[in-house]
Amino acid sequence: MHVHFLDPYRPGSSPIHQLDARVKLILTLAYILTAALTPIGAWPVYILLLAWAVTIEILSELGVGFVLRRAALALPFVLAALPVIFTAPGAALIHLPIGPWILTITLPGVERFISIALKSWISVQMAIVLAATTSFPDLLTAMRAIKVPRLLVAIFGLMWRYLFVLVDEALRLMRARLSRSGESDRPDLKAGGALIWRAKVAGGMAGSLFLRAIERSDRIYMAMVARGYDGEVRAAPLPRLSRRDWLTLWLCLGLLLALLTSAALF
Amino acid sequence: MLLAPFLSPQPMHIPDGFLSPLVSIILWVFSILVIAYSLKRVNEDLGERQVPLMGVLAAAIFAGQMLNFTVAGGTSGHLMGAAIATILLGPWAAILVMTTVVGVQALIFQDGGLLALGANIFNMGVIGVATSYFVYRSIRRIAGEKSWGVFLGGFLAAWISIVVAALAVALQLALSRTSPANIAIPAMAGIHALIGVGEGLITIGALALIYAARPDLLRSSKQGVTGGNALWVGGLAIALALAIASPLASSHPDGLEWVAEQQGFLNTARGPLYQIIPDYVFPGISNQVAATILAGVFGTLIVFGVALAVAYSRRKRRLGEVRQTQ
Amino acid sequence: MHHSIEIEQLYYSYPDGHQALRGVSLHVEPCEKVALVGPNGAGKSTLILHLNGILNGRGQVRVAGLPVVKENLGKIRARVGMVFQNPDDQLFSPTVYDDVAFGPIYQGLPQEEVRQRVEKALAVVNMSDYLQRVSHHLSVGEKKRIAIATVLSMDPEILILDEPTAGLDPRARRSLMKLLENLDITMLVSSHDMLMVRELFPRMVIMDDGCIVADGPTQELMADEALLNAHGLEKP
Repeated sequence: MHVHFLDPYRPGSSPIHQLDARVKLILTLAYILTAALTPIGAWPVYILLLAWAVTIEILSELGVGFVLRRAALALPFVLAALPVIFTAPGAALIHLPIGPWILTITLPGVERFISIALKSWISVQMAIVLAATTSFPDLLTAMRAIKVPRLLVAIFGLMWRYLFVLVDEALRLMRARLSRSGESDRPDLKAGGALIWRAKVAGGMAGSLFLRAIERSDRIYMAMVARGYDGEVRAAPLPRLSRRDWLTLWLCLGLLLALLTSAALF
Repeated sequence: MLLAPFLSPQPMHIPDGFLSPLVSIILWVFSILVIAYSLKRVNEDLGERQVPLMGVLAAAIFAGQMLNFTVAGGTSGHLMGAAIATILLGPWAAILVMTTVVGVQALIFQDGGLLALGANIFNMGVIGVATSYFVYRSIRRIAGEKSWGVFLGGFLAAWISIVVAALAVALQLALSRTSPANIAIPAMAGIHALIGVGEGLITIGALALIYAARPDLLRSSKQGVTGGNALWVGGLAIALALAIASPLASSHPDGLEWVAEQQGFLNTARGPLYQIIPDYVFPGISNQVAATILAGVFGTLIVFGVALAVAYSRRKRRLGEVRQTQ
Repeated sequence: MHHSIEIEQLYYSYPDGHQALRGVSLHVEPCEKVALVGPNGAGKSTLILHLNGILNGRGQVRVAGLPVVKENLGKIRARVGMVFQNPDDQLFSPTVYDDVAFGPIYQGLPQEEVRQRVEKALAVVNMSDYLQRVSHHLSVGEKKRIAIATVLSMDPEILILDEPTAGLDPRARRSLMKLLENLDITMLVSSHDMLMVRELFPRMVIMDDGCIVADGPTQELMADEALLNAHGLEKP
């Protein structure tokens, strides 16, 4: 089976893979909400949440390294919170003289920054585990279960079906452009073209991608009609959750609630 | 250096952890309301016949965001797509398409958080589309059937969708007290005024190709959809609100600070409830350092316990397999 | 005088671990026309993508006298005209003119020269009247010819085509073959079209499972039915 290099799903038979997608989606959201609600500087809670995340990663058999490597890719945004170490009011930690200015790093600022970074880091880890252990069709079922409207779920489904087809199309367009991006031997010429021209070429590529997508969607519609599609999006009834899934769901929700309650104490 | 984060290739997708729970949830509510209304409109106006079109175009916008062009010094520009989606599909379907794109980016590729997804849909889908629609439709009306309306309208719609979304991101970060308003707003606005030019040029390029090949897709009648007037006003209002709020907030960060404080007040309002619980987690330990250490030890034990259990069960399984093959 | 293409012991594995090339060596002389045949998945496209540095395997590749290394890629891409299988991937501008002009504009040629190059390239592929046409509306055969023009406008030393006759109706195929026959340029063409190979290409290279399994005069190899069958090919 050919798996697209962009598809993060890693098939497996770990307990996390086997857990129902609905339970996984709800627990992932609950975990991220818990992390968001954990107050700044409640370090013990952050440690326990991190331990929770690592535990799930071990149980998922994805490898902690795999998850952490992917999580690192999502981190650069953390710099957006960096200015807060200078601006949060509170006890000064260090004074940094930069030219004529003095930047003051404050203790609450540093606490806030580290807390934001931690929240973000542990949240993204759980999102990675969800995506890597749940196939997209299962996620669609989970979306239906949490009452995402059928029409929207149908759009998600069709998008997923054609996502990699169109990603490959985009990559081939870029490859064809690259193949013709040559330098002349004449030393007086500068390769690359004008910026506006480059942007317009990229736009032309996007336009051709959209146009082909629109025409493809006409063919898809006809194929759907040919198989009896009448404009109504139908879906099989949701399968029942097993007792083990229910138990896991309530146990984990209870634990998260307990963590959150203890968080209020710090 | 403080500008660095705002230069990253996708500074528009807010990850989890950066927005306060209240901001996240309010924006989720806004987004859900708008999505629900869009679904209703799409059902009434176009019927579910549009499902394949919206699904495939969402995939195309996702893929189209990969098509970059070199700007300078290793940086490159690429598409967000809210404006082109609005122009091709009309506003309601465009909101659904952008919701799907941003949703898949968060669910599958962790580009943007899950709790923050409501905010990201709001920024790139709802207000990106609403302001694009307002600008594009206004200019098309002025231009009549002349082609410059398509291109100027497309360029400005794309530019404003980027700038407005960036301002919204900055305001939300400031409201969450994650990034100070007087740094985040000018930085995001300044850089996205430039990034928006790139978006505008790519949009012109895409429109030029579509206009040459399939001008029927750009006929202006497509823009006059039911409920369009309300959205047109909405787009105008959002653009105006952000245009007024942003400079105010960045020059008077105290104002925003005040709002954030009110919100902080809401967050800490739970305080009294907890005061009845004694000030320690584990009986006998009232010291936070000790609690931290204990949590660390406890956490490590859990992790090691699970690791050992998994390793043990896998070994047992493997032994079982070996026995079976013998 | 240098070889047009020199490949020594080229190995390549895709990131997923699949080994696509296992020690390929190939030399092509200037103005030689060589056909590359073999079953799907044999490694033909992978090999071709090494010739302008889109893929980088282990081993030595020299094209038009230049080693394919990072510093040379710009020059190499100007000398190697690569025509991909699906012409839609190559035609991404509103008009035929814009598409054919891409290479010359990228190289920084002055406007007048760009125009001359475009006109000349379109004349070679017999599409001079199509200058202002919209690429999107052309037939597959016309698109193929325009795709070839988009690389001829760069004045390449080597022309590389991936499946040029795939999806063409008989008339379009015939006229494309005539075009290829008349082009006096080094040519490496991957194809399943054995009839075209027999007609146009004096030399044939058979690839299977990442290796070159035969390389010689087309007539001789085509006569060896056992060899063709062993590698999933059919005698035309």
